[in-house]
Amino acid sequence: MSAQATSAAEPQRNYLNADYGIKSWLLTTDHKRIGLMYLLTMTLFFFLGGAFAVAIRLELATPHGDLVESETYNKLFTMHGVIMIFFFLIPSIPAVLGNFLLPLMLGARDLAFPRLNLLTWYLFTIGGVFTLYAVVSGGVDTGWTFYTPYSSTYANTHVIATALGVFITGFSSILTGLNFIVTTHKMRAPGLTWFRLPLFVWAHYATSLIQILGTPVLATAILLVGIERLFGVGIFDPKLGGDPVLFQHLFWFYSHPAVYIMILPSMGVISELISTFARKRVFGYSFIAMSSLAIAILGFFVWGHHMFVSGQSVYAGVVFSLLSMLVAVPSAVKVFNWTATLYKGSIQFSTPMIYALGFLGLFTIGGLTGLFLATLAVDVHVHDTYFVVAHFHYIMVGGALMAYLGGLHFWWPKITGRMYPEFLGKISAVIIFLGFNLTFFPQFLLGYLGMPRRYHVYPDEFQVLNVLSSAGASILGLGYLIPMAYLVWSLKYGKRAPSNPWRASGLEWTTPSPPATFNFDRTPVVTTEAYHYSEELGAPRTGTDVREVEIV
Amino acid sequence: MWQDAPLFPESASTISDSVDQLYAFLVVVSLFFAFGIATVVVFFAVRYRRRQGVIPARIHGSVQLEVVWSLIPLGLSLVMFFWGAKLYFATLDPPPGAMDVYVTGKQWMWKVQHPTGQREINSLHVPVNRPVRLTMTSEDVIHDFYVPAFRTKRDVVPGRYTIAWFEATKVGEYHLFCAEYCGTKHSEMIGSITVMEQHDYERWLTGVAAGETPQEAGARLFESMRCNTCHSGQDGARGPTLTGAFGKPVQLRDGRVVPFDEDYTRESILNPGAAVVAGFDSIMPTYEGQLSEDQLMQLLAYVKSLGAEGGDQ
Ligand code: HEC
Ligand SMILES: [Cu+2]
Ligand SMILES: [Cu+2]
Repeated sequence: MSAQATSAAEPQRNYLNADYGIKSWLLTTDHKRIGLMYLLTMTLFFFLGGAFAVAIRLELATPHGDLVESETYNKLFTMHGVIMIFFFLIPSIPAVLGNFLLPLMLGARDLAFPRLNLLTWYLFTIGGVFTLYAVVSGGVDTGWTFYTPYSSTYANTHVIATALGVFITGFSSILTGLNFIVTTHKMRAPGLTWFRLPLFVWAHYATSLIQILGTPVLATAILLVGIERLFGVGIFDPKLGGDPVLFQHLFWFYSHPAVYIMILPSMGVISELISTFARKRVFGYSFIAMSSLAIAILGFFVWGHHMFVSGQSVYAGVVFSLLSMLVAVPSAVKVFNWTATLYKGSIQFSTPMIYALGFLGLFTIGGLTGLFLATLAVDVHVHDTYFVVAHFHYIMVGGALMAYLGGLHFWWPKITGRMYPEFLGKISAVIIFLGFNLTFFPQFLLGYLGMPRRYHVYPDEFQVLNVLSSAGASILGLGYLIPMAYLVWSLKYGKRAPSNPWRASGLEWTTPSPPATFNFDRTPVVTTEAYHYSEELGAPRTGTDVREVEIV
Repeated sequence: MWQDAPLFPESASTISDSVDQLYAFLVVVSLFFAFGIATVVVFFAVRYRRRQGVIPARIHGSVQLEVVWSLIPLGLSLVMFFWGAKLYFATLDPPPGAMDVYVTGKQWMWKVQHPTGQREINSLHVPVNRPVRLTMTSEDVIHDFYVPAFRTKRDVVPGRYTIAWFEATKVGEYHLFCAEYCGTKHSEMIGSITVMEQHDYERWLTGVAAGETPQEAGARLFESMRCNTCHSGQDGARGPTLTGAFGKPVQLRDGRVVPFDEDYTRESILNPGAAVVAGFDSIMPTYEGQLSEDQLMQLLAYVKSLGAEGGDQ
């Protein structure tokens, strides 16, 4: 008996209508509902962080700092960074899409520890509340990097509340990682061997390793800042006998790998999108899978590239430069493999695919400019300038956020049971791509010309490029509002989604849209590799393509 | 050579052209890959767009290709690494004969002192074609001394000295920025570097009240703080002689050998117990809290001048 039979009929009950009432959500242990709760909270954070970005770009449209005071400006970029990184980008793909999809892709009924999963959402939300408290009670102005001794001794804003928020959210991240790792090891359906796993799962596995190994170091660093600030114990402030650069080591030991926490899951999403819309197996499956692990491991040994001008030993600088160059290789390998996947495919330009192609372009630029920053003599000049700002926005917004949006569109039918409007989807994907480039490309030029980051006022000669960037930001902002509007609209008015609208091959598409509470009526048995498309085998097309799945 | 290109900042130091060349190399490699990949993606996307009845090929990968496209980026990135590291090392140490300028960062201003004693705030006048060595520290948080036209950047860290240098090649006025976020008026912690012909510089020096030079002030402090009671330089003195010491390796009691540099001098004064010289007792009192950053700099300048004296003998 084939799996199509089970998915053919619309089920009466699914995870959304299984129960109603606020309690059924707040106490749920269903990974899909928890994923949705993350989606809601994180979207709020995204728009809050976005609002700060709008204010920043408005201010920078003129060189003289005439919109807000310096103090306010510093709070704006700090809150923008803290919220976007810790409360949006780091959790975005794992906590929303990963939570929703991992058990479905593995053929499991839930994550290994469903209640722990719910706990992570509470930790995330409580951490968010602390940070929001810091925002409304006056803000914090240390920059998201919390450099000491400014953060530990000199700043007189709400450092403790913010740091506590980040600290607590960190545990949400650690526990999610733990849950994903155990689930991937223990809950795979019969026949779903490691090398039959979708690359999305590989990417999340690698991400989880970083979350578990790196986040505790950040927690320690933040705790130490708190201790120094509250009790005056000399850890980082030289006036108290501490070492300010020590903080940078601890901070970047986590925060460089954190870049990979943000980008690896998006690479997993891209692999799914490209193979589905090219209807081909991902080229070099095992190289992509292994490059995720290589990135996760190498990513832990490059933190010193943030400190080339901090006075760390020059030999350390050389080693970190070399290792940073090496990290570029697995990323390049992925880009080449995705490109090769398109070769002789059957490519369809649906919204998710447009996001995926956009990702390819922006991630490539982000990656290449990373090489500039790893090159010692050039980094000395561009470090802490707008070049760095542009670089990491290309990776984290151009990369991670594009993939997140692409993935959200791709799995939206599965998550909500509704289709989004395709035409609007395509239009807004293109607007976002163009707006993004107009916003951030000028910042590379500004950086090499020497404009330092975190500048509230700046010399007049930088204005033209700043105006371009601000103009781009307004287009980009509009681009984000459109999907926000039509996705909400689609919840009620969207076409009902079939179980497999993209004729994709993943196990998640064998369930109805939206899936039932326990995902699969009976445990599927997997007999083929991932990305197994019937056309490839020359078989006649059927209404839905699914992996050959036997029901025991 | 790149001066006239609108995308490059002014190039006004001995290293700025070399940095620009390396940067230009990186830009060319990046453009090649970015356009290359974009072209291939667009070509594939158009050529293999979905058409009725066309069946996608069954291709799973190719180990040869993987090897090739791992080795090419590896090779290129190693070229970047070596070039970058080589330039970095070549420009690490100032050429001999550099003029010593002392810089103190403080929320939110730059204080500088010339070897001849002149002080400036948020501006620095230097002669053209003469290496300038900056010994920098901060009175509070971390700042960063950044002169885009010179491609020079160095963090200015409290509790230690960092060294930067440049040799200006073009007369003019250039931006000095603080590049490390340091609080409310970070973006106003800026100044200007004025590069002048040697004779203009000398004229400028005479126009500014000089006061004591850092090393004169240091010599005075050395007496008034009674350092000279132990560091008299005579046989049997309770402390080691400082004449000829700076810049040489020091043998410590615990067996370590450390260079006698700026930070070592600082530590010896503020935390003498941390590194005790072999053959001496740990009797030197700490001066922590008794000396301002300025005074420490002056003592350092004096200790350095003693070092130079010894070297000549
Ligand atoms: C009570 C005697 C005494 C006084 C006063 C004293 N020192 Fe020292 N100093 C020592 C001794 C003994 C050592 C070697 C042991 C050690 O390193 O602690 C030393 C070491 C040093 C060193 C390292 C020298 C080397 O060869 O490595 C420096 C630099 C120094 N002192 C500077 C000063 C300065 C500047 C002052 C005044 C502000 C000062 N000392 C006051 C006794 C003294
Ligand atoms: Cu990094
Ligand atoms: Cu600053």
